[in-house]
Amino acid sequence: MNSREVYMDHGATTPVREEVLEAMLPFFKEQYGNPSSVHSKGREVRNAVEEAREKTASALGASPGEIYFTSGGTESNNIVLRGAAKKHEGFGHIITSAIEHHAVLDVCRDLEKEGHRVTFLPVDKYGRLDPSTVEDAITPETFIISIMAANNEIGTLQPLEEIGAIAAKHNIMFHTDAVQVVGQLPVDLKKMQVDFLSLSAHKFNGPKGVGALYKRKGIKIDPLYRGGGQEGKLRPGTENVPGVIGLARALELSVEEIPHKINTLQSLRDKLIEGLLKIDEVVLNGHPEERLPGNVNVSFKYIEGEAILLSLDMEGIAASSGSACSSGSLDPSHVLSAIGLDHQTAHGSVRFSLGRGNSETDIDYVLEKVPAVVDRLRRISPIRRSG
Amino acid sequence: MYNEKVVDHFNNPRNVGDLPDADAVGETGSFKCGDTMKLYIKVKDERIVDVSFQTYGCGAAIASSSMLTEIVKGKTLDEAMQVTNQDVAEQLGGLPPLKLHCSNLAADALHNAIAEYRKKQEVAGKG
Repeated sequence: MNSREVYMDHGATTPVREEVLEAMLPFFKEQYGNPSSVHSKGREVRNAVEEAREKTASALGASPGEIYFTSGGTESNNIVLRGAAKKHEGFGHIITSAIEHHAVLDVCRDLEKEGHRVTFLPVDKYGRLDPSTVEDAITPETFIISIMAANNEIGTLQPLEEIGAIAAKHNIMFHTDAVQVVGQLPVDLKKMQVDFLSLSAHKFNGPKGVGALYKRKGIKIDPLYRGGGQEGKLRPGTENVPGVIGLARALELSVEEIPHKINTLQSLRDKLIEGLLKIDEVVLNGHPEERLPGNVNVSFKYIEGEAILLSLDMEGIAASSGSACSSGSLDPSHVLSAIGLDHQTAHGSVRFSLGRGNSETDIDYVLEKVPAVVDRLRRISPIRRSG
Repeated sequence: MYNEKVVDHFNNPRNVGDLPDADAVGETGSFKCGDTMKLYIKVKDERIVDVSFQTYGCGAAIASSSMLTEIVKGKTLDEAMQVTNQDVAEQLGGLPPLKLHCSNLAADALHNAIAEYRKKQEVAGKG
């Protein structure tokens, strides 16, 4: 096994940073009270949870009353979409995109089966949504628009401000799954005019199993669960106290670092893209500029993604792929299909997602190892370039 | 996810490449997941004396292809026809359930190669 470890799968998850872990630890030990308890053991924890809510709100430019802690991005998305559908009288219409994360896409498909109508808007070859298609899709029955801030696979950023303006103009609720963006890029809730925003702590060096939902004040949806009334009755259940504390600390730190981090990540990203494109028959997936600062997604022709991942793993490099064989299903990623890639190009996709801790040396190491991996697999492959 | 044997066959695949003087070539592919395999055989006195493969696919597909070539080298065509995809997976010490379909290429390519060889023999015999 290789002794060197280069983690380039920050889009999947990130390590919890030391300051975050330190902030969380007391809440596993001495500060174990239930925030809903009347006694001082509970009250001190209530104060800490509310302080975490304030920090989270301030990092997003929201008010504390607009922040609801959840178990992560998936739950936040479910609460919004199912909750909005539940609140809506009769069957209505939902607008979303074809490249959403499954935590939006599959909820929408379920709602469709239940009787609502859903428009899955197409994207261009870079994965960008044309805002005018959103406006064209609006019907009198449309009650919510849900568009991700950035795509998790190809990193393409969506024109949220323009979509938000359209939603506001038509008085339709607007949700964004911003799991890939929060902590990576500045988020301006007012400019985007979003009513809901989902985020997940483990994508910005916080703990797994905790996330948050921003819900604009005055917007009403029905809760999915019933229980003790925590989180404004929208997400009842005893709070994941250490998680919530960790989320707030991680968000605070990562948002503070954004201005500096963007430049560092973007230059590493561009160096990696440039180096990978020097290899024969490699294409960049996603938008050349409008993409997450840490996202690199390329397809290596004539070879398959999972085989590439395995080979990279032998060199100590952790990445991910949109190939069928790496997903466990037989189909390649719906995102790569939606941007028009043929099956073979989609199967040869590899995502390197950079984050905190990646350095120029890591990029050099990856660029040193990848050509040999690609060459070896191409030698095994029966598929040859035509002509 | 994969056991050591699978990883070994993936990392150091046996009998890779084309056989320039192959007597027959068997091809197979999965339309669904996109995997493709080509198997080349050299036959002497009804026996597979040399074999090689080329595979486009995941780790399981490449390891299965490699293992198959080891299994069939030296076997008579009749014996080789009896080799199943399950035999290949078993010889590899098992594959994750989701990956079993990836190993299904190997024996199919072999059977196609043998069928092609027999067809050629038949034509040659008639001519």
